[in-house]
Amino acid sequence: MENGIVLTMRGISISFPGVKALDRVDFTLRQGEIHALMGENGAGKSTLIKVLTGVYARDEGTIELDGVPGTVTIHSPQEAQKLGISTVYQEITLCPNLTVAENLYIGRQKGVSVPWKKMNRDAAALLDSLGIPARPRQMLSSCSLAVQQMVAIARAVDTQCKVLILDEPTSSLDEKEVEMLFKLMRDLKARGVGIIFVTHFLEQVYEVSDRITVLRNGQLVGEYETASLPQVELVSKMMGKELEGLSQVSASQDEEAEQAEVLYQAEGLSSSESKPFDFRIHKGEVNGFTGLLGSGRSECVRAIFAADRVTGGKVIMDGKVVRITKPIKAMKNGIGYLPEDRKRDGIIADLSVRENIILALQVMKGFFRPFSRKAAEAFADEYIKALDIKTASSDTPVGSLSGGNQQKVILARWLLTHPKYLILDEPTRGIDIGTKTEIQRLVLDLSREEGMSITFISSEIEEMLRTCSRLIVMRDRHIVGELKGSQLTQDQVMYTIAGGGNERAD
Amino acid sequence: MTVKATRSRREPLSNSTLLMLVAIGFFVLLYILSLLFLGAGFKRPSRVFDILNDNAYLIIIGCGLSIVMITGSIDISVGGIVGLIAMFGALFLRDELLPIPGMAPGLRIAMLVVISVAIGLAFGALHGALVAYLDIQPFIVTLAGMFLARGMTTMLSGENKQLLTGSPVLEILSKRIDIPWLGYDEVNKIRHTVTHVPAHFEFVIIAALLTVVAVAILLHKSKLGRNFYAVGGNRQSALMLGVNVRRTRFLAHLISGLLAGIAGFVYLWHNKSGNIGGASAAEMQAIASSIIGGTLLTGGVGNVVGTLFGVLILALIKPIVTDASALKGFEWLSKAWWQQIFNGAVLCFFIVLQSVVLRFRSTLRVRKSEREETVSG
Repeated sequence: MENGIVLTMRGISISFPGVKALDRVDFTLRQGEIHALMGENGAGKSTLIKVLTGVYARDEGTIELDGVPGTVTIHSPQEAQKLGISTVYQEITLCPNLTVAENLYIGRQKGVSVPWKKMNRDAAALLDSLGIPARPRQMLSSCSLAVQQMVAIARAVDTQCKVLILDEPTSSLDEKEVEMLFKLMRDLKARGVGIIFVTHFLEQVYEVSDRITVLRNGQLVGEYETASLPQVELVSKMMGKELEGLSQVSASQDEEAEQAEVLYQAEGLSSSESKPFDFRIHKGEVNGFTGLLGSGRSECVRAIFAADRVTGGKVIMDGKVVRITKPIKAMKNGIGYLPEDRKRDGIIADLSVRENIILALQVMKGFFRPFSRKAAEAFADEYIKALDIKTASSDTPVGSLSGGNQQKVILARWLLTHPKYLILDEPTRGIDIGTKTEIQRLVLDLSREEGMSITFISSEIEEMLRTCSRLIVMRDRHIVGELKGSQLTQDQVMYTIAGGGNERAD
Repeated sequence: MTVKATRSRREPLSNSTLLMLVAIGFFVLLYILSLLFLGAGFKRPSRVFDILNDNAYLIIIGCGLSIVMITGSIDISVGGIVGLIAMFGALFLRDELLPIPGMAPGLRIAMLVVISVAIGLAFGALHGALVAYLDIQPFIVTLAGMFLARGMTTMLSGENKQLLTGSPVLEILSKRIDIPWLGYDEVNKIRHTVTHVPAHFEFVIIAALLTVVAVAILLHKSKLGRNFYAVGGNRQSALMLGVNVRRTRFLAHLISGLLAGIAGFVYLWHNKSGNIGGASAAEMQAIASSIIGGTLLTGGVGNVVGTLFGVLILALIKPIVTDASALKGFEWLSKAWWQQIFNGAVLCFFIVLQSVVLRFRSTLRVRKSEREETVSG
């Protein structure tokens, strides 16, 4: 093996029923480097990590580790740890009810009794050497998330790991905490640990990593030196869209979007999951949130619908200040929300198509005043026909329908409440192309003919460009730009995501 | 502030310790109030001994339940096991089961101790195996164990109650230490007689307190004990940290079974009889005591000293209600159901108290960390 390389993965392939999750992927990790692993949804990042940590068995390919002769096969996370591959996950995998020192040493001590004194002494030395601000005898639950994360890293380092995998370690940390973590990562790097850093925060990648490997759809796009890869190129590689010339579109030419009055306006709205943001939508407008996976698109619309706990901000609807603290209040104000995860938040699989369709309206009316069977059937049939929902009858359980038709049922549910403002979060994910176009057309029809305001979110940028007249661009949980009119091109979106575009065009 | 300086600082109490102190404080308060308002009975030291004598077996199964609950599991079979062993023991010591002619009474008792432990371990092993290795809900498993034990108790006994009266072992089992100077003079106003009643110290107290000490050491000083906490705190994390989760859960149930076996013998030792409904609902008393002592049903938090005081708090209710019913205007308290009702009220009060204490603590902690942040930043 080449000098200074701690891990080589070559031609890794793995298939799951129906999908090739990884297709001949290569990955190389050098000693003392921070190597970012990047990719959008379904790129195969986590599959690659799971192959490396022994959760999945690869179908093809070789893994070579420094100091281990031949290719290695890893069967379990425990085996990976023995080989010097440690993983620190986004969710803290420590015990909150034990002390910091115990969390560092539990499960890897010999003997029957706990040597408290020695353990606390060793822990103090370890924490000191890594500069982690925690005390050995402190309960883990009394540490901040960042410190807990660092304790997990300290444990991994103490097991003499050569490869340290950090899987989205910064997702729940604030900026100061991220800095602390980065300092620790640089220390470890100086000690020669190879770090694989999985994240979707672009800025953090550029701040801390030496090298970037990009995956897309289970295939290797390439390995790059961070310093020589501009952000916009990284974005284009992740999204798989070529940059068509560096056409910096001049600032907004079309001002006609500002025509109608504002229907919904949020100032500094924030929720337990999202940072404060400003947002507005006009009557009959279709706009959208765009950005990479994890940029905070869904969190914003969830805050609008109060699907997460709203923590602050002011909301004005139709010129009046309203307080929307619960989904039911959003509904009563005429807001509908089609959630991203239709299996979890959307359909109730065992109920019939009819019951699923009338659900939202029934909730608004109150459960003690049920619709008559006849009325319910009339509603259901109307929308089954209008949206062309393919179901045997309105009595069929929704779970037995195809994904696209399930999505239409949820859409029908919201349309039945005649919302003034409809939020569609990834309405076309995982459904066939025909239904996709139908839904896109429906969105445009609703806005044009019924004057409904619609916020549309999709991971497919073409779809967004086709349907939306205004795009709000997000990066790393912040709104970084707003595009409309002739600015609505793929290049411009990618530039804005990468931080090279015009900051707010209005 | 430097890292060194913060190291030497005293750590705040853990939740386990805090809840234990709450229980001890409540016990002391309850006793003082009883002394002030109920008088005579509570001034006699013998009352403390009586409580300990009567509840020794509860303290022992309470320790077992604390271990199981710390691990995030539950064991509702222990009352049934105690009843079964008491019944078996009564028949065994009367030579009606497995008679060995000419065996010395002392040896017979020793043999019963071994058998009790074996029965307890057998139940514990069965529960542990089903819970830990087949991943079956502990509630269901130990419910089945409880039915099994109760059924066997009825099967063994032709009658409701089997007494040790007349058996040669009775003399040995009845040995106890009388402490005259801690006793009191009972005045019979009708016959104008005064009898001195010494305080009784039964050996079951030693068994109970030894168990508390042993389990406390196990929980705090041994690797296995810390693994109980780890598994109860977060089972998935414990697994990732290299703890053998299955073995840990198995051992928790095994120890609970073992302690139930010992408690069965202690129950017989104190009551000198076995009966079909013996130690009925003892598992519920033990669970309540553990909770009052600061062991959380959600796992990961708890300690046995608290459990000891949990048992004592519940045990105080009976004499309190009895003595209070002798007061003028409180005669209605003499009805039997009031004890149960007060048991329920105390348990309820404690659960609320604990959640208030823990919530107050976490808000305090948040405020403190916010303060530190503004100071440093």
